[in-house]
Amino acid sequence: MSEEYNLKENSAGRLVPTIINGEDAIPFQGVEKYKPNHNKAAPPIATCADYPADGNKLIKDLKTALLETGIKDGMTISTHHHFRNGDYVANAIFDAAAEIGVKNLRWFPSASFPCHEPIIDHLKSGVVHHIEGSLNGPLGEFASRGKMKGMGVLRSHGGRYQAVQDGEVHIDIAVIAAPCADPFGNANGLYGESACGLLGFALADSQYADKVIIVTDHLIDFPCYPWQIQGNYVDYVVVMDKVGDPEKIISGTTRITKSPDRQLIAHLAARFLRDSGIMKDGFSFQAGAGGTSLAFIDHLSGYMREADVKARFVRGGSNEFLVNMLKDGLTDYILDGQTFDLKGVESMRDHPNHADTSPFTSYNYHGKGIFATMVDAAILGATEVDVNFNANVVTHSDGMLLHGIGGWQNTLFSRCTILTVPTFRNRIPILVDEVTTMVGPGELIDVVVTERGIAINPNRKDLIDSVKGSDLPIRSIEELRKETEEICGGKPAKPKLGDRVIAAIKWVDGTVIDAVRQVLD
Amino acid sequence: MKKVTVGILGEKKNLDCNIELTIKDSGGIEIDLKSRVEAFYGDSIRKLIHTELSFFGIKNVRITVEDYGALPFVIQARIETAIKRAIPDINKEFLPEFSDKCLYGSSRDRFRRSRLYLPGNFPKFMINAGIHNPDGIILDLEDSVAPSEKDAARALIRNALRVVNFYSAERMVRINQLPMGLLDLEWVIPHNTHLILIPKCESADTVKQVDEKIKETKNDVFLMPIVESALGVINSYEIAKASSNVVALAIGLEDYTADIGTPRTKEGKESFLARSMVVNAAHAAGVQPIDTVFSDVDDAEGLRESILEAKSLGFVGKGCIHPRQIRIIHEAFAPTEEEIEKAKRIVNAFLQAKEKNLSVVSLGSKMIDPPVVKRAEKIVELAIKTGKLDEGWRNNE
Repeated sequence: MSEEYNLKENSAGRLVPTIINGEDAIPFQGVEKYKPNHNKAAPPIATCADYPADGNKLIKDLKTALLETGIKDGMTISTHHHFRNGDYVANAIFDAAAEIGVKNLRWFPSASFPCHEPIIDHLKSGVVHHIEGSLNGPLGEFASRGKMKGMGVLRSHGGRYQAVQDGEVHIDIAVIAAPCADPFGNANGLYGESACGLLGFALADSQYADKVIIVTDHLIDFPCYPWQIQGNYVDYVVVMDKVGDPEKIISGTTRITKSPDRQLIAHLAARFLRDSGIMKDGFSFQAGAGGTSLAFIDHLSGYMREADVKARFVRGGSNEFLVNMLKDGLTDYILDGQTFDLKGVESMRDHPNHADTSPFTSYNYHGKGIFATMVDAAILGATEVDVNFNANVVTHSDGMLLHGIGGWQNTLFSRCTILTVPTFRNRIPILVDEVTTMVGPGELIDVVVTERGIAINPNRKDLIDSVKGSDLPIRSIEELRKETEEICGGKPAKPKLGDRVIAAIKWVDGTVIDAVRQVLD
Repeated sequence: MKKVTVGILGEKKNLDCNIELTIKDSGGIEIDLKSRVEAFYGDSIRKLIHTELSFFGIKNVRITVEDYGALPFVIQARIETAIKRAIPDINKEFLPEFSDKCLYGSSRDRFRRSRLYLPGNFPKFMINAGIHNPDGIILDLEDSVAPSEKDAARALIRNALRVVNFYSAERMVRINQLPMGLLDLEWVIPHNTHLILIPKCESADTVKQVDEKIKETKNDVFLMPIVESALGVINSYEIAKASSNVVALAIGLEDYTADIGTPRTKEGKESFLARSMVVNAAHAAGVQPIDTVFSDVDDAEGLRESILEAKSLGFVGKGCIHPRQIRIIHEAFAPTEEEIEKAKRIVNAFLQAKEKNLSVVSLGSKMIDPPVVKRAEKIVELAIKTGKLDEGWRNNE
């Protein structure tokens, strides 16, 4: 084996690398165990004397801006995923870098999407050495087959902020795509053709990167207000014809699932919140953007109306359904991390109680508190859940790395974390003996809602008691797993995985919770 | 040698598979498996196919399987159908093990508010049908199965009856019209089918033929004739009385309106007489009258109205074609608060009279007849089942 990563077993019983791309890494020690005692990272001191007094930081194109930053081999370039699968900017950066002729860059996106497939060519040619960020779709498959030179590193949204803040990842150049900006570098996601709502994922980068470039296709005169990104952090502003494809920027699932089985799961989850008493005046919840989540929000809204209950806040990803809750007075606030549809963007722009949040406010584990722990219930998905309530969101059962962590790990800190999953998909069990990749430790996962019943973590006696006497189908997770196995026709064979670690999975505190291995054919 | 196929090759069908099979004179067993779940179940699928081939004594064959996550009972049925298409005189059946979750019984007077139609040749609809809690599931061999696929559907339904957990739903099969329907019975009756739906039933004789055929192997299978024509409506009482195994009488309006030569309208004036006749015949015969299906699955409000109307006509159940209709049906058939209160008073009076050994039940100054008590008991039972009344209501008051 050419790579040297010195595997060690962590407290979750997983063998993880202690050296990642040549740098030391700390194995996971347990939830709430690892507490670093060094100071935060700090960017170099700038002086306004070096910047134009008229506030005009415009520069003619991306390539020139990159040259101005002093781009060199081996540097780290960051981008963000607020344009989701409609982003044009990340590909443009590495095309420009290839023209300049630099090599071995580290791409540090907050997430990658299938639209970033062209980066594979830059990985092959050596312009990009490796990616640290979610590896979705084609990039995940490329890495899973062992074709990426370095090791991938997957972090949660909060973990990414923590890594930058703690100095684990030093960003040389941050490129922030902005739907709307002024020549000084103030920017927001509220206006322009590419409006995406907010730019919270780029906050850490603006604060900690050595150089910051804003790229926009909607330049307005100073001031661009509200300034979600402050121009005082920004070095250069570049105008591009188009920064993204508006239709794909707003690409979250915006329709309630039509699948009767998923409808059933959503309905059970909503009933659980109602019957357990979690749904009460002043409560809060967070649900994702998928079709099941939307059905859940729809059912829960109905129950809230019936019981005349109002939430204090709901956490976004916002969408039409959450916006309607705000409009109809079912919640006082939406605290939003990203907007999933145009109704969400409009509401954030126009409604004073639709607030934009960031991974810093919501998720950064090395902060003085986070919003995530104040949420009464988080309703999340998973690719696999095991009998110890451990869950996986990054790999499929065949070992292929296909999804990012997103805010998933961070939201596990809610008071009641509920995973909504089918027991199996196309004969492949989702409820298993042991997850392929450990992304979330079972001690933080309280309830698993499936189409065949609801399992409550035995550690949560309070939750078990809260639904006693209800007609909810409460079953043990082992019972559900057994039934799943019977339906699917026995235990599935283990996928053929190689020894090579192709990616490390970080926990919210920067320690390594698991490793993803190469998939063999 | 002749090549036979099962399924439409190249067309992806979730939880199903396509088979191409050629019996040969020599060369042994060749299996070409392309499976979506190769990594997990590839070896177990190959093993299953070998076991099945050896059961049927087939030694030289070429089989191509395109698998889209078919469960073992599905693969088993598909292979069996392919083999029987290639060698029509094989009579043996390769049965999957009877799951103990498929052995529960049914009862004459159980609720039949909702019964979910499942197209007989599509396994993906069967596997999760029971989790939506319909009162009954109908594995359909008739209209939802193409004439050329009846054999495939029979094998699939038989295996589903032995393996799939429909939870507590009544296990129903809709057979084809006679005489084909009599062959269907041979495939399904031995596998704990609770009830047979007899489509387009026009005479007591049809019911009797089905009943006789079933009695060759078994006695206790219920029957639900479906009246779908003008003649059937006229004969509905005789149909309902044709056998003591008839427990319900259903009406199918698509065929009925076609038969009387008028389009089916939302208001349903054209079928009012027919529906009332069926309700009347059913009640006269002491069986449950069941209404037709509501076919617009996206129109929840329309469905609710249609059930309330059916309920007002005297129907006690409704067919459904999508799981999402089930909850609406149960809610709409649930008794109203007013009905429950009245029923509770009657049941209470009846029980009190019984406790005091009185032969006459009265409520206030009114005498209550036994049928009124029976109806009230039914309402209380339904109220409990739909969560509108606590089981221990008499002790709580």
